[in-house]
Amino acid sequence: MGQGTVINAADTAWMLTATALVLLMTLPALALFYGGLVQAKNILSVLVQCAAVAALCSVLWFACAYSLAYSGDGDWLGDSAAFLLGGLTRGAAHPGTHIPESVYVMFQMTFAVITPALIIGAYVERIRFAAVLLISALWLLIVYAPVAHWVWGGGWLAKKGVMDFAGGIVVHVTAGVSALVIAWMIAPRHEFPHGIRPPHAPWMVMVGASLLWVGWFGFNAGSALSSGADAGMAMLATHLSAASATLVWMAIEWIKFGKPSLVGAVTGTIAGLATITPAAGVAGPLGAVLLGAAASCVCYTAVWAVKRVMSVDDALDVLGVHGVGGAMGTLLLPFVALAGAGGGPLNHPVLEQFSVQAIGVVSAALFSAIATFVITKLADMLVGLRVDREHETQGLDFATHGETGYHINR
Amino acid sequence: MKLIAAIVQPHRLDSVRLALTEIGIAGMTVTEVRGYGRQKGHTEIYRGAEYTISFLPKLKIEVALPDERVDDAIAAITRAARTGKIGDGKIFVMDIVAAHRVRTGETGDNAL
Repeated sequence: MGQGTVINAADTAWMLTATALVLLMTLPALALFYGGLVQAKNILSVLVQCAAVAALCSVLWFACAYSLAYSGDGDWLGDSAAFLLGGLTRGAAHPGTHIPESVYVMFQMTFAVITPALIIGAYVERIRFAAVLLISALWLLIVYAPVAHWVWGGGWLAKKGVMDFAGGIVVHVTAGVSALVIAWMIAPRHEFPHGIRPPHAPWMVMVGASLLWVGWFGFNAGSALSSGADAGMAMLATHLSAASATLVWMAIEWIKFGKPSLVGAVTGTIAGLATITPAAGVAGPLGAVLLGAAASCVCYTAVWAVKRVMSVDDALDVLGVHGVGGAMGTLLLPFVALAGAGGGPLNHPVLEQFSVQAIGVVSAALFSAIATFVITKLADMLVGLRVDREHETQGLDFATHGETGYHINR
Repeated sequence: MKLIAAIVQPHRLDSVRLALTEIGIAGMTVTEVRGYGRQKGHTEIYRGAEYTISFLPKLKIEVALPDERVDDAIAAITRAARTGKIGDGKIFVMDIVAAHRVRTGETGDNAL
């Protein structure tokens, strides 16, 4: 292991911080971001889904998912050597880094938590809670762990030299494509498309998006796995992409509808963040600003296309914002690296890198789609996907969880 | 005795309250309600998708009055609530069969 065995306090301190920031992205950032977008009668169901998925995936990560993703150097899947985190000694450094293995396990765990949680946006307001748990658990093991291994665990895509700094492929393409498949299989909410109610609390969407923005510094700059120059540039690129995307989405709505909306602006923020994610390790400031602008243009169109052209009720636009953003950032990465000063080195010459990136996006998307189809079928057979119509109308908060989000005037 | 139920734009509440106070009418009950008349609803746009909001927020102001004060009250509410735009609301007048003041047990006009 060479120098990898030496634990460096500065790297470790930053990675502990980054890990906390990434958990904040799920709890409460994503929960609030999604919670504000649903109807008032479903707010608690979204919050509890996020909390439960976070807890469930954490325990599964300890039990076997970490091992399947990061242990061993097989092409397709890790091994069972680190099941139950057996063999994790207190003083061990993670190979190739200067941080403790415990911190690496925990940092990657926060990614394994948020990725299935992202998918929640596709099926809100109509899914059975048991199906949420079953789909998330199976998905972590069958989709996330293998793809994380391909790209980050030394698998076949890593050997090809694919570049995915913080999860354009591993997080956003897998989650986005799977979200579309589940949304299609579970069928639209019964009011879709014309009777759907607007977001019940746009202010909450903004609070969630703002926390995501800050948490994303841990997600992207933490993916340097060290506290040096790469982390610094990743944070700068992340912030600039988010800012640029926010402005562009706002401008699109202002021009098109005459009013710049809050929900639009912060959706742009998230599109910019998802899009810079794979490229945060190679983008300089100019590349990040350009990529952020492109993110809002493309994701805005994608959100519209999923709803109106495909007629799929991906309720909170997981594919349109996360999937498309992550794919675009992954594909444009070789060109973004060349834009302006501060870019990082590629593994291959530009066009060759582009083709490797394309192989990564397409293979992860296809695999996610097929595996998620099987998982969702299985969940449908075992526990059923949808609540009945009466409970959907009543709202999942009371129907499923026996609680009510707002007791004002009662 | 009459009961006036006035449906008004929420932002006109203060001027209606003031106008009624100025002509010596004290006491009213206000409820947040949702509804529509000729105004229909409006549309809101989130992430490029249009949502129809059929029921708009309004306030229902209820005032109980002796018969002879009704015309003054209607005039005051109309003056104070009017913006001239569609959606300004409606005023309904109903007969009251009986009125009782809970604290003293007074009845009729004395209870108002």
